[in-house]
Amino acid sequence: MSTAVEKGESNLETFSYNDKLTKMFVIATLIWGAIALFLGVWIAFQLASWQLNLDLPWFTFGRLRPLHTNAAIFAFIGNAIFAGVYYSTERLLKTRMASDLLGKIHFWGWQLIIVGAAITLPLGLSSAKEYAELEWPLDILVAVIWVTFGVNFFLTLKRRRERHIYVAIWFYIATILTVAVLYVVNNLAIPVSFMKSYSIFAGVQDALVQWWYGHNAVAFFLTTPFLGLMYYFIPKAINRPIYSYRLSIIHFWSLIFVYIWAGPHHLLYSALPEWVQTLGVAFSIALWAPSWGGMINGLLTLRGAWDRVRREPILKFLATAVTFYGMATFEGPLLSIKSVNSLAHFTDWIVGHVHSGTIGWNYMLTSGMIYYMVPKLWKTKLYSDRLANIQFWSATVGLLLYIMSMWTAGITQGLMWRAVDETGKLVYPNFVETVVKIVPMYWVRAFGGVLILFGFVVLIYNIYKTIKLAPKDQSEDVFRAAPLSSNPIDEHGGKHRKLEGIPLVFSVLALLAILVGTIIELVPSLVSNTFVVKDSRVKPYSPLEIIGRDIYVKEGCYTCHSQLVRPMVAEKLRYGKPSSATEYIYDRPFQWGSRRIGPDLHRVGGKYSHMWHYRHMLNPREVTTGSIMPNYPWLFRNKIKYSSLSKKMQVLAALGAPYKTEEIEYSVKNAKEQANKITRELERDGVDGKMVNKEIIALIAYLQRLGTDAGGKNEVTSAQ
Amino acid sequence: MEIIKLLIPLALGLGACFLGLFIWATKSGQYEDLDSPALRILIDDEENINNELIQKRNSK
Repeated sequence: MSTAVEKGESNLETFSYNDKLTKMFVIATLIWGAIALFLGVWIAFQLASWQLNLDLPWFTFGRLRPLHTNAAIFAFIGNAIFAGVYYSTERLLKTRMASDLLGKIHFWGWQLIIVGAAITLPLGLSSAKEYAELEWPLDILVAVIWVTFGVNFFLTLKRRRERHIYVAIWFYIATILTVAVLYVVNNLAIPVSFMKSYSIFAGVQDALVQWWYGHNAVAFFLTTPFLGLMYYFIPKAINRPIYSYRLSIIHFWSLIFVYIWAGPHHLLYSALPEWVQTLGVAFSIALWAPSWGGMINGLLTLRGAWDRVRREPILKFLATAVTFYGMATFEGPLLSIKSVNSLAHFTDWIVGHVHSGTIGWNYMLTSGMIYYMVPKLWKTKLYSDRLANIQFWSATVGLLLYIMSMWTAGITQGLMWRAVDETGKLVYPNFVETVVKIVPMYWVRAFGGVLILFGFVVLIYNIYKTIKLAPKDQSEDVFRAAPLSSNPIDEHGGKHRKLEGIPLVFSVLALLAILVGTIIELVPSLVSNTFVVKDSRVKPYSPLEIIGRDIYVKEGCYTCHSQLVRPMVAEKLRYGKPSSATEYIYDRPFQWGSRRIGPDLHRVGGKYSHMWHYRHMLNPREVTTGSIMPNYPWLFRNKIKYSSLSKKMQVLAALGAPYKTEEIEYSVKNAKEQANKITRELERDGVDGKMVNKEIIALIAYLQRLGTDAGGKNEVTSAQ
Repeated sequence: MEIIKLLIPLALGLGACFLGLFIWATKSGQYEDLDSPALRILIDDEENINNELIQKRNSK
């Protein structure tokens, strides 16, 4: 007996946690969180009142919306993930993170990326793929820093003093591996210059890869790490074990198995092949089960302790987060059902859905986690429970206003778009009518956003006071635990115990199937020429149109305009012939968009005169009363940059656009010729001929080309 | 379409990674006990020996 004790004691090792790093990530979460939320509120007001675009290029909705989404996902939620992962991993594994240096590189590298994004996105340096807008040098940095984080994490796993790997850690592992692969693949591009590149994928293929990424960014950046955090922080905060550990394991493997297939539900009724769409729908609906498995597991952990949820702010935030997770993962499969999707897609319903996830689930869980961690990290007590309650109610009411106004706006506008009268005509032929109708909802949403932001500012103040009142001595605590070698997991178990693992073997075999599935989904579109039927009428863009398209990409037009006419009666009436896959083969990146704040543009080519576009871009309200689009006066001042044109064409040719050598050689000459032609027509309407070298001319060239190759004749009209 | 030459190994690599992890997890007995891990995380059984160290320092 005594020898065993002696043996145990002699084996104990001392260690401490790298709480300084966690603290840095907590503070970064607070700072970037406030900025991301402020940007959200700002662009919400821009939709309610277009004047807030300020006629300045870097303040327009098209450029700030990508900054808002990237800041919210990668800066706010990203830093929160890192804070929570470092905190819980060290404690669950009873060890310090493997390398303080890698931790530091991770922290500062990530902040550098965020600063880079905050500078480049307002400047319009964007690759125009949603939530992946950063240009290639920043993409490389993201990959490098993410791998740094991964290496530090896996080295830590190896040094652990706890043999069992708790379920939270499994969620972190899946996050680290999958995000790395998704991010790298989706951002594959060939650089033209330091801050410009063309996606290696085109058209439908680009759309498929993008939403494979886009959906799984939601899955593996906004969901799996937070489920891991939930599995750590809920039991710790309430001091009860998770309702069912067995369920957590089943839920983990089944969730990652199902999630990765669901991407195509973002592309229903699109030019994507039918079977790919159906596959996406089937798996999206199947997602209900594992998602709710996690939600139920989280909520049932609180069973019999709801009085504490009422009293303690931390539990209030955690319980609300899980509730919203349940709601968002109910709404997601619902929205992916084709008939529901036909109404909801391109409307604000989707915007509301996304925010019930990011605010309801991520913001709430992050807040609860911060209230839990900060007093422990700084060895003190929370400054004020009352302020925490104020944040809770402010954010909850704000979010409910947000979601409900977006449901109302989305369903209203969706119904107006599809309304056809008994004579077979659109009831609301003017798109702007459907916009004006929902502007009041934009005010409600913006006000809801203010409440959410206000709550966050209260959180920051509360944490600031807490830290300020913390004791001066912040030296690291020292702990003692036995090393892994003295802690065999299976001392008594025989071989028969291994049989219990068989259901889990099946889970992982299923996981392998995901990857095979991924390949089945992606590869045909990449290799097979029959996947996209070639149409000899579809030609690559002219040199001037390339420049125009890059302006379209730069201004973030895709944040408000889709380029995808769906095969529905109302859409045919409103826009023209439904889009087909073959029309997009030269689109790098694809620009289908996800929200129609303005009308679809795929059939806009030839629909209006050059002069209509000219006046419209200068002041949209001059041709469309009630429009909420910003003015674009700088397009009339900035000169067309011809310098990189031949390089752009070389890259596009290398990627498969059939440009002849002389076309590349004479690209500038050809572009200028086309610009002259457009300007001569504008001159007839009284425009100064000097405008020939301005960006607006290139943009008009591109807009007039859109959807004309295989779209039939688009009508020329002078009024909307 | 050269991209598939990169995509396939990447996707397979990810799958192999997860499979490897799972085989390892099962073989090393990670899932043999699905009850106590939930309880174990609640116990901060590592000793905080700060006080001990301070006492030692003071007595010297």
